[in-house]
Order: sequence, then structure tokens, then C-alpha cells
Amino acid sequence: MSYVPQNRNSYLDAAHGLASWLLTKDHKRIAMLYLISITIFFALGGLFAAAIRLELITPRGDLWGPDLYNKLFTLHGVVMIFFFLVPSIPATLGNFLMPIMLGTKDLAFPRINLLSWYLYVIGALITLGAIVAGGVDTGWTFYTPYSSVSSRTAVSTAAIGIFVTGFSSILTGLNFIVTTHRMRAPGLTWFRLPLFVWANYATSLVMILGTPVIAITVLLVFAERAFGLGFFDPARGGDPVLFQHLFWFYSHPAVYIMILPGMGVISELVAGMARKPVFGYSFVAFSSLAIAVLGFLVWGHHMFVSSQSLYAGLVFSIITMLVAIPSAVKTFNWTATLYKGSISWQSPTYWVIGFMGLFAIGGLTGLFLGTAGLNVHLTDSYFVVAHFHYIMVGGAIMAYMGGLHYWWPKMTGRIFNDSLSKASAILVFVGFNLTFFPQFLLGYMGMPRRYHSYPDEWQALNVLSSAGASILALGYALPAFYLTYSLFKGKLAPANPWGVKGLEWTIPSPPPTFNFEDDRQVVVDEPAYNYKPAREVHVG
Amino acid sequence: MQDFPLFPPSASSIAREVDLLYLFITSVSAFFVVLVAALVVIFAVKYRRRHPDEVGADIHGSLAAELVWTFVPLVLALVMFFWGADVYFRISRPPVDALEMYVVGKQWMWKVQHPDGTREINQMHVPAGRNIRLTLGSEDVIHDYAIPAFRVRTDVVPGKLTTLWFNATKPGTYHLFCAEYCGTMHSQMIGEVIVMEPHEYEAWLAGGTAGPAVPPEQAGEQLFAENACITCHTGQPNAIGPDLAGIYGSERRLADGRVVIADDNYLRESIMVPLAKVVEGYQPVMPPFQGLISEEQLMQLIAYVKSLTPSQAPAQ
Repeated sequence: MSYVPQNRNSYLDAAHGLASWLLTKDHKRIAMLYLISITIFFALGGLFAAAIRLELITPRGDLWGPDLYNKLFTLHGVVMIFFFLVPSIPATLGNFLMPIMLGTKDLAFPRINLLSWYLYVIGALITLGAIVAGGVDTGWTFYTPYSSVSSRTAVSTAAIGIFVTGFSSILTGLNFIVTTHRMRAPGLTWFRLPLFVWANYATSLVMILGTPVIAITVLLVFAERAFGLGFFDPARGGDPVLFQHLFWFYSHPAVYIMILPGMGVISELVAGMARKPVFGYSFVAFSSLAIAVLGFLVWGHHMFVSSQSLYAGLVFSIITMLVAIPSAVKTFNWTATLYKGSISWQSPTYWVIGFMGLFAIGGLTGLFLGTAGLNVHLTDSYFVVAHFHYIMVGGAIMAYMGGLHYWWPKMTGRIFNDSLSKASAILVFVGFNLTFFPQFLLGYMGMPRRYHSYPDEWQALNVLSSAGASILALGYALPAFYLTYSLFKGKLAPANPWGVKGLEWTIPSPPPTFNFEDDRQVVVDEPAYNYKPAREVHVG
Repeated sequence: MQDFPLFPPSASSIAREVDLLYLFITSVSAFFVVLVAALVVIFAVKYRRRHPDEVGADIHGSLAAELVWTFVPLVLALVMFFWGADVYFRISRPPVDALEMYVVGKQWMWKVQHPDGTREINQMHVPAGRNIRLTLGSEDVIHDYAIPAFRVRTDVVPGKLTTLWFNATKPGTYHLFCAEYCGTMHSQMIGEVIVMEPHEYEAWLAGGTAGPAVPPEQAGEQLFAENACITCHTGQPNAIGPDLAGIYGSERRLADGRVVIADDNYLRESIMVPLAKVVEGYQPVMPPFQGLISEEQLMQLIAYVKSLTPSQAPAQ
């Protein structure tokens, strides 16, 4: 990375050359390695999305053949979920900020942290290998027996890629949990932790408890394909619905792996941009844990029409309703945090407000799907597609973008163009709604997911959706330019450009290799977000 | 692009109830989205930062507020749950007097068989105003039989039978989709559900088919003989296999002490993999028919077993 040195001690200038990056044990450099890798995959997943939306402009399915279309939506899902969303906030912002917020030099296991990036890269390369080998056409959900018996595409290769990448996620989770327990600075009690730490801690629990299950599941699919063992294929004594239980036992909690860190980011941004403690700190903190725990008990709401028992369906429905409550609590607490705040109109606020709107819609439409009698009509339709995009793109990516902008000056030591960031947030918000809101309507009318062609009467809404996607793409492409530009030409960032509280803002931008200069022992004597007017506002 | 609908046609007895539930949840959701959006915008404007060193008020929280916004959403969510559970039960439990039809899904078509044996592909003609129960099976991968105008669907899973019921209210032609991704031509695994007045349906049945149709239970009786089922299931007290007359829906005590209900899936399993559940008092000697008979033949055999009442033991 070409970079003008401005701070001799900065982690960016501590060493130079490719080897100094590829062999680094510095959590901040590993965060940067992840940032570059996941950005590449975000762009790749975005290209697949663009290809899907191009096809759906016309009802006939005349742009790509059906096999190619099936591979496009499969790869869009696989790339976006396993190689962008799951690692996104924890592996970049989390890696960078967790040790600093905890007042320590690095994560508990720096080498394991580097190993996790290598596992991610190896898994990603294997999956790219599956793309080169002709692609995969099972959908990211790999439902059996289609994936294990019927599909003639590179399912096994993709399964191995996902298997390997899973370990990167487990190792990151392990590192965060141990670091949070063992390496908090003196005085930094659990209830003084920034809520971003709570959120990543809860996420890590889900990562280490859930990810082994998806690893086992894809391995079973691999074994059924490669060796003909009958786990899921009824012709060989297997049960295809068993796969869905195993798959969703990870993949529903995985939704929380994607959104919980985003909620942590939003808590930080709301407090910072309003210069006010987060309203109901302990409720927000515990709601992360509640989501992590309850999130493991709702997988069957993906299976109301799968032939599972009616009574199982009811249990999953009611627990799904319960898991909505902590999300509602968080949303109301963020809103209340703004009350009597000192709200900055700088660009992170735009991303936060965008998140609040989209996440509210995403969360509430989850209630439609958790309601068993309504789910029967909506499952496998575009309503589901719209709902999870509101959570994962409207929620998680909006939070990721907000967090990336908020901490960009800290991570790179450079100030970006705030007006362009506002423009980007607005484009994303408008483009996103235009893309995905029509899909709720299409879903209620009955348009099934993963359809390459559709009845003529649904063209208008699909055209609207594709038009929105082009605005959305613009909104995401813009930051790639002004953020890169800021690396070279941006103004140098002070230690605390937003004038906010938090340990990360007490150290130079970019931070020195061991975070706190001269090996000073950090001592924390106040709660997070302590903006009492009597005290000095600017620290560092 | 001549028409631009925003709501699907409503053509079954349950559709109105599903729509009502949908509108209720939509109203609750719209209220909260507007509430949060309005508060966020009002606060962001009203409390915008006036000078660079300003900080917000030192407010940490309020237990009363937390209780309100925990319990109000909880109550609303529980209302949705119970309402949804009620609708779910009524969608999922077919009434006993329903007309039985059989559907087999395979890559990439739907095969439908009517009670009188009439068959059709990727179309399903049904009479309005009758309860209709479909028994569905798959020959290969998981499919999903979805009729949006009726607001019902079910997965069609290989290795088991699923059911779907509806009462069509409005004559017309409606979309039929495969809603579970099933491979290359998934988006072509579509068709039409044609709802007709009962007399038109009868006329259609009478005039539609090429040859004389064989009702499923008759075809099943023939299979029962051809596959030599009758050799052991004679209906006599000392027979090698259990008497099948009247067993459908009854309780069966198994050799291992379990008691199961003889429903569609029990019958299916007992034909395909008989040793999975052996009835008390009988030897585990029946050969498996998995791979030997098709999903359609299986349904015909089940239809035959269902048709047997205690007075009509299999013909000797």
C-alpha cells in the first residue's frame, strides 16, 4: 500500500513490503487484509447480483440460459454470505477495534488471527475454483437431495471451500471471546465495555457454537456425493428434511452473525454522533445475548411447509416472535438515545438513519414470516428475498458502511470527503428501497424465488427493482473512489476527528503497532460514552 | 405490461383469512416504521449540534420506558402468533369429507390424477365449492406445490407423502408454481389451476380423456395382485401379512411396543421399507418395494388400501 508516512510509530509504517503484511501478527494489519479481501468478494457478489437483475428486466428469461441463471444466483448467495457478510464487520472493524476498545495490545492469539485470514483465503480460492470448474447451481442453501444426488455441478468443491472458510470464522470467534474475558484493561468491567464489544462477543458465541454444524453438514453432503453414503437421499435410506434441520441450525443463527455486529456498530455511531450515552445500556447489551441464545431455537421457521410436524411449527413460530423483541428493544433504545442529543449532521449520521429505516422494515417483515399461517403463502417467494435483503443489506451492510466511514480516519489516518459519503448513503438508501420494496409486493402476489422467467403481469415491478439496483450499485461504487482517493490525498486525521468518547479515540490516527504508545497500561475509570458536560470532551 | 396488479386474486376459502392477517401485520408494522422514522427525523433536526463542543444530555435510560417497549411489542407479537397458529392449523388440517386427488412432482412437471382416474400434466381442473385434498409425492428432488391465489402451498418431498387442501371459491385460471428450487428448469415447472363450476367439472371429466380412465383404487387393486401382495395379505386370520381392511387411520401396535397411526406415510413406509415398522404378531418377512414401484403406483396402492373396509377383504 502506497502511503505517505505521517506518524513514525503508525502500524502502517512499522514495516514495509509484501512480507510484512502477509506475515503480520498485528490485528490492525490483519483487519486490513480482511478489508481488501472481502471488498473483492463484495464486488464479485455484486456483479452476480447485477447479472440477476439484468435477466429479470424481461419476463421471458431470454438473457442467460436457465443453467447459467441458476449458477448466478447460487454464486451471488455463496459469495455474499460466506465470503462477505459473515466475515464483514467482525473480521475488519472487529479485528481492528476489539483489542483497542479493550485497552490491550492485540488479540489473545495473534498467530491464530493470521491463520484465520489464511483459512478464509484458502476457502475462498477453493470456492473460486468451483466457479472456474463450471459453477454451482444448488442455491446457497444446498438443499438435498438436489445437491447431493441430482446436481451435476461442482457442488463438492464449493462444499469444501465453505468447510474450510468456516474454521476462519470459528477462530475469529474464539479469539474475541478469550480476549474479552482475559485481556480487558484494569477498571474495564463488563458494564463499562463499549456495546460494539458486547455485540461482537455475542456474535462470537454464535460463531463457535454454530459454525461446526454447517461444517459437518456440508461434509455430509460431500460424503453423499463422493462416496454414496445415504444421509439425505431417501433412495439410500436418508432423510432430505434432516439436511434442512442441520443447515438452518447454523444458517439461521448465521443471520445473527451478520446483523449483531452491525447492531454493535450502530450503538457506537448513535452514541458518538449524538455525544450521549446509549439509552438503556444494559438492555442493549443483554439484548445481544438474548438474540444469540434465542437465535439458536428458531431454525424450524424456515420449514413450516417442509413436512415437519404442526406442533414443531408452532414452537418455532412462537420463539421467532420472542426473538423479535430484543431487536425491537434495541431499535427503541437507539431512537431514545437521539432524544436531547447533540446530533452531528456529518455523514455517519446519514448511514445510521438509513440503517434505522431499513432495519425496522427488515425486522418487522420478519414477523410476517414468523406468523405460521401467513408463512405458508410467503415462504419461498420474493417476500422472503426482500425480507432478508432488508436485514442483511439494509441492516448489516448499511451498518458496515457507516462503521467503515466512522473509523476510516482511525484506521488509515486520513479524512475522506464527507459530502460524497452523504451522497453515497442517500443513493444506497433510495436505491435499496427501490430495488427491494417492490419484491415484497411481488412476493405477496406469489412470485417464487430463484425464477429465471415469470408471468408478464409482474414485469413492471421487476423493472422497478432492476432500476433501483443500478442506483444501489452507484451508491456502493462511489465510496471505492473517494475512500481510495483519501488514502493518497485526504487530509491527515487527528486522533479524535468526531470529538467522541472511546479508547480508540485517545490514541493517534493511525494507531501505533501496539495501540497504546510506550507500552502504557491503560486504566479505565469511567463507563462507556461518558459525555458528562463537566468533563473535558476531547481526549487524546 | 398491460396490467399492473399489486394484490393476488383471492380464490379459496382460506385466502380471505390470510389476507386479513396480512393486513393486520402490515398495519402494525406501518405504524412502527412511521413512528421510528418520525422520531429519528424529528430528533435529528430538533437536537442537531449547535456548536462544535456541545454534548448531549446526560440521560442513561428509564426502566419504565424499557418495560413499555418490551411488553407492547411482546403482546402484539403474541397476537400475531395465536392468530397465525389458528390459520396455520386450518390450512394444514384437511377436512374429512374432501375429494381426493393425487399429485406427483418430478423434474420438471406436475402429474395430477383425479378421483375417477383422469390424468393431466401441469394443469389441475378442480370444481368450485368442494373441499379438495391433494396427496403429493416426488420422484426425485424436493419440489413445492404452490397456488398463490389459494394462499396455500406445501413442499413435495421424496421419500414421503405430504398433503394440501383447499376449497376453491371463484371459477377462473390461476398460477401454479414449483416454489422449491429443483434444478435447471425450476422456473418452467409451472402450470395452471382451473377452477370450474361443479357441473362444468363433471362435463370436463366425462369428455376430457383419451381412453376410459381407471380410478386410482382400481389401479391399486391390480397392482396389489400383480406384485403378489395378495399372497400374504389375504385378509385371513392366520395369514403371513396383516389384514389391511380398515387399517387406514387406525392405531397399529408394533413388535417393539410402539403404537403408530396408519396414515399415508405409514403405509408408504410399510410398502417401501417394510422392516422399519413391523406389526406385533407378524414376522419381518416382507421384501422392500423401494425402487420397484413408482411414486404414482405407490399412491394407487395406498388408495386401494384406503378403499378397503373390514367387510371387503381382498378378493380371494
